[in-house]
Amino acid sequence: MQTVDLATTPLRALNAALQAQATHTNQTAWEVLNPRGAHAIAVGLDAPIHVTVRGSTGYYCGGMNKSAHITVAGNAGPGVAENMMSGTVVIEGDASQYAGATGHGGLLVIKGNAASRCGISMKGIDIVVHGNVGPMSAFMAQAGHLVVLGDAGEALGDSLYEARLFVRGTVKSLGADCVEKEMRPEHLAVLADLLARAGADADPRAFRRYGSARTLYNFKPDNAGAYG
Amino acid sequence: MCGIVGLFLKDRALEPELGRLLSEMLVSMTDRGPDSAGIAVYGPPRPGAGRLTLQSPDPEGDFATLATDLATDLAATLAATLDADPGGAPGTRVTLERRGPGAVLHLPDAAVAAARAALPRLRPGVRVTGAGRTIEIFKDVGRPADVAERFGLAGMTGSHGIGHTRMATESAVTTDGAHPFSTGPDQCLVHNGSLSNHNNVRRRLRHAGLTFQTDNDSEVAAAYLTHRMAGGCDLGAALEHALHDLDGFYTFVVGTADGFGVLRDAIACKPAVMAETDAWVAFGSEYRALAALPGIDAARVWEPEPATVYFWRH
Repeated sequence: MQTVDLATTPLRALNAALQAQATHTNQTAWEVLNPRGAHAIAVGLDAPIHVTVRGSTGYYCGGMNKSAHITVAGNAGPGVAENMMSGTVVIEGDASQYAGATGHGGLLVIKGNAASRCGISMKGIDIVVHGNVGPMSAFMAQAGHLVVLGDAGEALGDSLYEARLFVRGTVKSLGADCVEKEMRPEHLAVLADLLARAGADADPRAFRRYGSARTLYNFKPDNAGAYG
Repeated sequence: MCGIVGLFLKDRALEPELGRLLSEMLVSMTDRGPDSAGIAVYGPPRPGAGRLTLQSPDPEGDFATLATDLATDLAATLAATLDADPGGAPGTRVTLERRGPGAVLHLPDAAVAAARAALPRLRPGVRVTGAGRTIEIFKDVGRPADVAERFGLAGMTGSHGIGHTRMATESAVTTDGAHPFSTGPDQCLVHNGSLSNHNNVRRRLRHAGLTFQTDNDSEVAAAYLTHRMAGGCDLGAALEHALHDLDGFYTFVVGTADGFGVLRDAIACKPAVMAETDAWVAFGSEYRALAALPGIDAARVWEPEPATVYFWRH
């Protein structure tokens, strides 16, 4: 176990050390102490290492993550796991706004609540929130899955594309072009797998599925020329 | 981008620590607002006495004999005997407490209005940054640590306080443009964001008789709440009205004599974190601002909801 204390080690030194780990590193377990809300902790990682941050983080923790497994034993500030490519990021507490924004892959697990715009413009990431998500979550979500064990705030899935949304609790309102869809066996299977990987003890059949009605301007073939 | 901090003490034993804790919180938000900084502290009230916070570009010239000059001037105006001797009773004396480029003028309740009228004549260079029974406001251009040092913020005592670090977007980097803004007795407001309808709201408020010191959008928000509270609303109700009447991006923290309130607009782009223990309630633009508070590890920490009014009072 490598331990880095941010009370004595500069943040850039920590990130440089983590980013320098090769795919077959022997230093697979890292612990970060005293984060005290610092920004951009453990960003841009590119090796299958395990990093545990003991405390709460500021903006952009775990951003652009590839392959690494990052756990925040606290709350995460805005933009956690933004643009993640692969690997996992687990937040033991709550996450602030736009968690998992634009993520292309990997799994983001938030054990508490997520604030507004969770999964905005997600492009393939899977996000499982054990608590609630705030307003405008999955706004313009393009691909991937957002699973919410609690409730969703206003305008869920506004202007979304092909991302699949699963909510167990109530949805305050659906955004433009977002509709409830039939939960078929293949969806239950995907959901069961996501719940298992996120350590969530919940029955997939208790969830409802939401997705795009595909009626907005950009879905109409007649308008294709406008995007040439 | 701007930084906001706020601290409301439930445990009165912490009151001598307020300035120190708030200064640390303020300095932690330097990255968010390096242009100017300011702080409002609600200090211990003195029976029968109000206070004005003053600021001057020439503190030595303006403040050295101000208490005596004002006592003499007001004695003539009010036909009453006022005493510039610090040993007198608070209800009868005029005293001045110097703090760098600022000063707090303590004076009898009955003399406050006359003093405000006399100040432009006696000291044209002096600006009043705060008025009331407990509020003291200190603000200036420069980095937060320098501003805090200049006014000796770390040594201040009080029940609650609000601080702001400014990255200017809507008006010039000047002392007048620094937050907090105070537009009513013991009231102040700090703002992270930008209002889009401030010109219209300012015009309406001017018609209603309010006056403005700056072209700043945040001052309009402060005056709006003052106007609502003057019309009978409590702080919570005034903030509810603000949700309908103020357009733009905002996280506001608002102070009154007995508490503070928090409001974020419905989109809530501007960050906010709150924490509460048995001893205090704290606000920060980021968790970094709260990280040094005593007992933070065991505090309840949460993000205030969009378009939801929060307020605490003693």
